[in-house]
Amino acid sequence: MRPLALSRFTATSALGCGLPATLAALHAGRSGLAPCAFESVTLDTCVGEVAGVDASALPPALSAEFDCRNNRLAWLGLNQDGFAQAVERAAGRYGRARLGIFLGTSTSGILETELAYRRRDPAGALPADFRYAGAHNSFSLAAFVRRALRLGGPAVVISSACSSSAKAFASARRAIETGVIDAALVGGVDSLCLTTLYGFHSLQLVSRTPCRPFDVARDGISIGEAAAFALLEPAAGSAAGSVLLLGTGESSDAYHMSSPPPDGAGARAAMQAALDDAGLTPADIDYVNFHGTGTPNNDEAEGRAVAGVLGAHLPGSSTKGATGHTLGAAGALEAVICALALQEGLMPGGVNTTQVDPALPVNYLRANRNAPLRRVISNSFGFGGTNCSLILGRAL
Amino acid sequence: MSAPPPPGAYLEGIGVLGPGMPSWPAAARVLRGETPWESVPTVLPAPQLLPPAERRRMGSLVRLTLAVGLEACAHAGADPAGLPAVFSSSGGDGQNCHEICQALASAERLISPTRFHNSVHNAAAGYWGIATHATPAANALCAHDASFGAGLLEAVCQVAAEQRRVLLIAYDANSPEPLFGVRPIPDAFAVALVLAPERSAAALARLALAFSAARADTLAPQALESLRRAIPAARSLPLLQRLARGGGGTVVLDYLEEPRLGVELSACL
Repeated sequence: MRPLALSRFTATSALGCGLPATLAALHAGRSGLAPCAFESVTLDTCVGEVAGVDASALPPALSAEFDCRNNRLAWLGLNQDGFAQAVERAAGRYGRARLGIFLGTSTSGILETELAYRRRDPAGALPADFRYAGAHNSFSLAAFVRRALRLGGPAVVISSACSSSAKAFASARRAIETGVIDAALVGGVDSLCLTTLYGFHSLQLVSRTPCRPFDVARDGISIGEAAAFALLEPAAGSAAGSVLLLGTGESSDAYHMSSPPPDGAGARAAMQAALDDAGLTPADIDYVNFHGTGTPNNDEAEGRAVAGVLGAHLPGSSTKGATGHTLGAAGALEAVICALALQEGLMPGGVNTTQVDPALPVNYLRANRNAPLRRVISNSFGFGGTNCSLILGRAL
Repeated sequence: MSAPPPPGAYLEGIGVLGPGMPSWPAAARVLRGETPWESVPTVLPAPQLLPPAERRRMGSLVRLTLAVGLEACAHAGADPAGLPAVFSSSGGDGQNCHEICQALASAERLISPTRFHNSVHNAAAGYWGIATHATPAANALCAHDASFGAGLLEAVCQVAAEQRRVLLIAYDANSPEPLFGVRPIPDAFAVALVLAPERSAAALARLALAFSAARADTLAPQALESLRRAIPAARSLPLLQRLARGGGGTVVLDYLEEPRLGVELSACL
């Protein structure tokens, strides 16, 4: 593929709102995970909650139609780092109809539905203030962003569980490559809700402690929430040091709904496809941002897959110990973290992990390492056996 | 800089399942006006491809998508295991969502693990892979009422950008109350298209996409138009009607409120 520039990007997660806060937390090796105090949840677990989501009011004209925690988080995220202004300038350059929207979410505004079910009337009907399209529906996120930023191009939500917003990059680059659009707003937003907290708990995949990816004692995920966005544009003329999307790779496990094959065959296929797409070899990759959820099976399968495709020596880490697993936002959040890593020459160490599982063939970084990075790969895998790998690099 | 030509693809296979439309040949007869449309509920066939354990776990959307996907692949003479797939649905599995929300509103908040993993929007895509052993990429899209157009756009972009065959499956189903009350989709409807980058002996038509400011084409008789409007995946019906009649020209489909999606068709037969 032709490289695309991430001409502007931003992230809001439990590490903080915007890039300076995110970068400061990464440099400090700080985790944003804390004991869960979300809503009325009584589970003994830690979450990566974003501070100030409820106070992030939507634009007044859109509030009645789109207000929900997920869109509040989206709006909070769009207003960091001058991102919304950068989109506006891009809309001026390309035209509002030439900018597409590709956003990932797994649960959108389902929290509104969960709460509305408590308020059903005696006949079982939902309350009159319930909004299906503006809150519950997965597309609510893209519809809100399209209206809030007054864009007129194509818009879609990719909802493939925890690969959603990584796949958004792949869909967007195809639409740019084929000339359907000139540039794209890509990203992911997922917010805390009861479905995922109680659902992952039912699968016994949630840790009681802050998650410890690749630790010998890892025992599950910590759920987080995030909004992360990037503006993708043709890379021609990008300044040296700009962050580029070099390749995307996608695959399906065709194996099981909620666990990967032990050899990580689908993960291997996604990473290999990303290398092929970028025209790169394993030796060209300097760092891997693991999907690294912190469950015993996932980390084992991914560790074997990365070793098989890229080599066991490749330095890597999971940033989910810092942010929690932000599900449908994880792909975009970790792409932005990779973009920061490239710009800063920083391989972020995986926090919380104290003893790397000696059975896993990985070069897992527990502490930050500073070194110039040329190209990095970010993995995102999800329920349904969906896999996506992104390769990002620095313009030379 | 001149605008690039609109992306296009060759259509090689079609699958349809909906109320009064048990298959693509049956739907084509209705859409040509040869047989009247009968308002009978969608009948979902039992999935033979899935192992019994998976069959027990899956919802009706899996049966719906397997049926149309396999019909389209058979029509195209394509092996489903080798095809990347684009799944697009305006809402996913409302029955499963209802069960979860009901459980979460109760004191115990107990969700079954199967319910939870079936709650992902890409559940149908996941079961499709398990059933057909398809390991290429599968996408799972949602664009509310624009979901058919969004799926078609993504599928054609994949064909054009990656120069390989792609299977599109757009599907919707009815939810139980109280979700039905806020999203009254009356029944299940799904359409599947196999799209290819090059013209082959299997090609039925070439289609090229362009955004359009024109109003979406409607259907006659009124009962079919009501079906088109009631189920987002059935917004594909004007395209299917033109294909059934073997005609060319531009079909305008509902997509986002603005723009619509123009499909320029040229028959290959």
